[in-house]
Amino acid sequence: MEHLNNKQKILITAALIIGLFILLLVLEQFLPSSSMLFVVLKKGAIYALVVVSMNLLNGFTGLFSLGQAGFMLIGAYTYAIFTIPVEARPMVYQYFNGGIVKFTLPVIPAIILAGIVTAIFAYLIGLPVLRLKSDYLAIATLGFAEIIRAFFQWDKLGPITNGSNLLKLYPVFHSVIFPFTVAGICIAIIVLLINSSYGRAFKAIRDDEIAAEAMGINLAHHKQISFTISSFFAGIGGALLAMFQTTVQASAFRATMTYEILLIVVIGGIGSVTGSCLASFLFIACSEWWLRFLDNTTYIGSFKVPLLATGFRKVFFAVVIMIIVLFYNRGIMGTNEFSLDALIEFFRKRFSKRRKEDSAT
Amino acid sequence: MLEIKNLKVNYGGIEAVKGISFSVPEGSIVTLIGANGAGKSTTLRTISGLIRPNGGSVIFQGGDITGMEPAAIVEKGITMVPEGRKIFPDLTVLENLKIGAYLRKDNLNDDLEWVFSLFPRLKERTWQPGGTLSGGEQQMLAVGRALMSRPKLIMMDEPSLGLAPLVVRDIFNIIQEINRQGVTILLIEQNANMALKTADIGYVMETGRITLSGSGAELLANEGIKAAYLGS
Repeated sequence: MEHLNNKQKILITAALIIGLFILLLVLEQFLPSSSMLFVVLKKGAIYALVVVSMNLLNGFTGLFSLGQAGFMLIGAYTYAIFTIPVEARPMVYQYFNGGIVKFTLPVIPAIILAGIVTAIFAYLIGLPVLRLKSDYLAIATLGFAEIIRAFFQWDKLGPITNGSNLLKLYPVFHSVIFPFTVAGICIAIIVLLINSSYGRAFKAIRDDEIAAEAMGINLAHHKQISFTISSFFAGIGGALLAMFQTTVQASAFRATMTYEILLIVVIGGIGSVTGSCLASFLFIACSEWWLRFLDNTTYIGSFKVPLLATGFRKVFFAVVIMIIVLFYNRGIMGTNEFSLDALIEFFRKRFSKRRKEDSAT
Repeated sequence: MLEIKNLKVNYGGIEAVKGISFSVPEGSIVTLIGANGAGKSTTLRTISGLIRPNGGSVIFQGGDITGMEPAAIVEKGITMVPEGRKIFPDLTVLENLKIGAYLRKDNLNDDLEWVFSLFPRLKERTWQPGGTLSGGEQQMLAVGRALMSRPKLIMMDEPSLGLAPLVVRDIFNIIQEINRQGVTILLIEQNANMALKTADIGYVMETGRITLSGSGAELLANEGIKAAYLGS
């Protein structure tokens, strides 16, 4: 098999990315902006980022953390708090005299700030929590996520967080290009990190902590780095989600959201970035669009289709999850990555096989 | 080169090492033999910083390294090949080797060449995940990985564990070859026969104490050792 050289690979990848963006632009021109496709693409891109950031922690470093929703909440709130226009503040913070933040940041710095604030919280939480292992770490991070949610709804913090009321009227995006660009850049950075020597150290810790330590990898230090970086991107994901939803409220960032993200990580393949991205779009498309019909009472003629009622979608998902866990427990991609080489090889095999069959007949 | 003085270690609630002293001269192969549970592995883990001792000291090249972090000890030039190989199964052979050199920031090409010259088999399998190698190849990878940190002293915990006799011989040949190239070796073994034939100095450990010491040949000839470990 002839491999593509690196230059060709970079060129083809760049061409594919440009092609994707052109396709998105064209779609936006010709489809109504209310099309479900755009909802799926926007939310899918945001989820892809959050899922990849969780995969960095769970899949590549082997730290079973369930704090993702909490960290997204911090990111979403940070973004919203600092971008609500000054003139809109009295309206948003109607119970708190317009709040105490009296300035507004531009969108991009606010998104980065969302990541940084989340990372700082994560660093502090990581100090005690990362001493724990496996299930205990999961329980502790889950607990912290719930604490964060309660904390942000605390009345005394109202002048900053607006208590348990909505934050709204901050700048949002309309084009699908925005979340794709931000998520794309972030995921690219995570991929670079995974392929760096730090990434190797993370994977070594995942494979065998004792051996990694014996090789001179400082466990506490590296776990902390992975946890903080993962949370940084979860925070950015949270900021994007806030923009997507146009309003943000702490009570929405429940543990269920973390489970949903974890589920996508598992479906995509623990330890596969491309798997995570693929699974994010698939999952969002199914839950928001393709499987919506399961929630509607449907009649075929006068026959009422049994079982179809509000909430049945969730039941269906539960069954799918069980099937995946039982029969397909490495997810769509396992730990493999989607690559051009593999794709070309796949088609070449198909093609040559068909040709052989053709010549045989 | 390495000096252990009255080392005491509690591990898992029992006193696993009860005040042992021994030394490893530069350029030598020293072996620590003994039955299961004698405290050999605990001793190695303590030297490499994975466990903290309760008393005594570990002196390496004149400096006290007792209770230092594992990373700092690797940096000083002591690397361990853990028991049961413990290679990273999902990383490729090349990645495994690079992890061995994690604390080094300089160019690794010479060292990779060196390891591949010692273990030509690894070179054929650079892109294979470590977990797909055979037991003997995994042991070679574990040794190669340890060599990548350019250690002055390499400590091996039962390198013959679970390997076929022919492969064990290969591994011991390589241990001697590495030693000839200037690396001091501290070897822990249950395979006393092979270890004592290879080693310059041997120590016998029993329930946390060193009960006998001498040159490899002396110990091989010792009646008590023959009865207890060599089965004749």
